[in-house]
Amino acid sequence: MRKSERIQDAVILCAAILLVWQCLHWVVGSTALTSPLDTALRLKELSGADWFRADAWESLRAMGAAALIVALCGVSIGIILGLHRLTGSVAEPILITFHALPKVSLYPVVLLIFGLTISARVAFGVMHGIVPVALFTMAAVLNVRPVLVRAGRLMHLSGPGVVTRIVLPAALPGIVTGLRIGLSVTILGVLIGEMFASKKGLGFRLINAIGNNDAPTIMAIAVLLSVFAMALNYALILILADRRESGTR
Amino acid sequence: MSRAGWIRCAVIAVAVAALEIACRMQLIDPFTVIPPSQMAAALADILTTRELLLEISTSLLNILIAVCCTIVAGIAIGVVLHPLHRVRRILDPFLSSYYALPLFAFYPLFIVIFGVGSIPIIIMGFLAGLAAMILSTLDGLDNVPRTLTKVARMHHMGRLSTALQLQLPAAAPYVLTGIKLAIAYGFIGVIASEFILSGRGLGFAIGFSYNNFDTRTMYGLILFVLLLVILLNLLLHAWDQRMQLRRRR
Repeated sequence: MRKSERIQDAVILCAAILLVWQCLHWVVGSTALTSPLDTALRLKELSGADWFRADAWESLRAMGAAALIVALCGVSIGIILGLHRLTGSVAEPILITFHALPKVSLYPVVLLIFGLTISARVAFGVMHGIVPVALFTMAAVLNVRPVLVRAGRLMHLSGPGVVTRIVLPAALPGIVTGLRIGLSVTILGVLIGEMFASKKGLGFRLINAIGNNDAPTIMAIAVLLSVFAMALNYALILILADRRESGTR
Repeated sequence: MSRAGWIRCAVIAVAVAALEIACRMQLIDPFTVIPPSQMAAALADILTTRELLLEISTSLLNILIAVCCTIVAGIAIGVVLHPLHRVRRILDPFLSSYYALPLFAFYPLFIVIFGVGSIPIIIMGFLAGLAAMILSTLDGLDNVPRTLTKVARMHHMGRLSTALQLQLPAAAPYVLTGIKLAIAYGFIGVIASEFILSGRGLGFAIGFSYNNFDTRTMYGLILFVLLLVILLNLLLHAWDQRMQLRRRR
C-alpha cells in the first residue's frame, strides 16, 4: 500500500471521528459530551497547570514501570513456554483462563497485598498485560521453523546463542503483536488502578471529574489517554510493517 | 486426559494446598488472604442463603443481554463492512487499537443519556466485545471459499440470502471464536463497570465487601466469578473442538 494512500486513509479516519464526535455533541449537549474544540481548549488549559503535569508524570511513571515488567517478564515466560513443549502445554490453558477472568475482581486481593501504593497500580497493570504477551510470544516461538534451529545447532551454536540469535529474531513479529495488545491493556490496568485506589495520577483526576460531572476534563483526559495509547499501538504496528517491507524474514 | 492435563491438575492442586497450608499456619496475614477451604465455605453460604441472589442475577442478566447484542451487531457490521474494501481499510487502525481506548471514561455520557441503572452497564459490556466480534466475522468472511461466492452468483442469490445461507455457515468457526471472545470481554466489561461505577451487581458486591473489610464474602464472590468463567470457558472450548473437526474436513 502506497504511503500517500495510507496518509489519505488516516486523514479520512480522523475527519470521520471528529465529525461523529461533533454530531453527537449537538445531539446530547455539553453536559455529557464536550465538543472537539472545547476539549482541545480544556486540554491546553490543563497542560499548563502544575498539578495536572504532576499527575500525568505520576501516571507515566506507573505505566512505564508496568510496561517494562510486562515486556521483560512476559516475553521471557513466553520464550520458556515455547521452547519447553510440556511446560507450554501445561501452562497454556491456565494462562488462557486467567486472561478471560475479569481481573478487576482480583483487585482487592492486590490491594490487600501491596497496600495503597504505586506498587499496587503497577501490579494491576502487570496483571493485565503479562498474560497476552506471554501467550503471543509462546505461539510465535512455537511457529519458528525448526530448520532454522537445526541450522544453528549444526553450526555449534550454544543453547543461549540459539535463543538470542535465531529464535528471538524469527519470533519477533509475533512478539511485537503480543506487546501491542499487552501494553495497551497494561496501560488500562494502571489507569483503572489509579481510578479507585489512588490520590495521584490521571486515573484519580478522571474519577474526580466523573464525580463532579466536569465533562470537559473527563473528555480531555480520555482523549489524552486515547491518543497516547493509539500512538503507541500505531508505532508498534509501523515497526512490524517496516520489518516486513525490508524483507527480514 | 493427556499427560499435560494430569500435570496441570497436579500443579493447581499443589498450589491450592500450599495456599491452604500457608494461611492456616498464619504465614499469610488472615486479613489479606483466607484459606481456600474458607473461600469455598463462603461461596457455599452465599449460594445457599441467597442473600446476594439479586446481585448475581442482575450481573448475569446484564452479561447475557450485552453479549447477545454484541454477537448480533458484530456479525451484522462485519457482513456489511466486508465488501466495502476502502472503508474497511480506513477503519483498520481504529479496530486494531480499539482495546487501547479507555472506554469507561465515556460511562458518564451513557448515564446522562440512558439514566442510572442497567442500560449503561449493558452498553459497556456491549462495547467491550464489539471489536473482537467484528474482526472475527471479517476474518471468517475472508476465509469463505471462492466457489461458494460463484455458486451464489449462479443462483442469482440476493445479498441477504448469500450471507445467511452460504457465507455465515462457511465462516462459522471464525465467528465462534468471535463469540468466545465476545462472551469473555462482555463478562469483563460488565463486572469491571459494576466494580468501578455502579451500585448493583457482582462487581459492586465485591467492591462493597472489600470496603467493609468483609474478606470472607469478598473471596466467596471472587471464587464464584472465577469458577463461572472457568466453567463457561470449558463449555465453549468443548464446542470449539467440535467445530474444529468440521473445519478440517
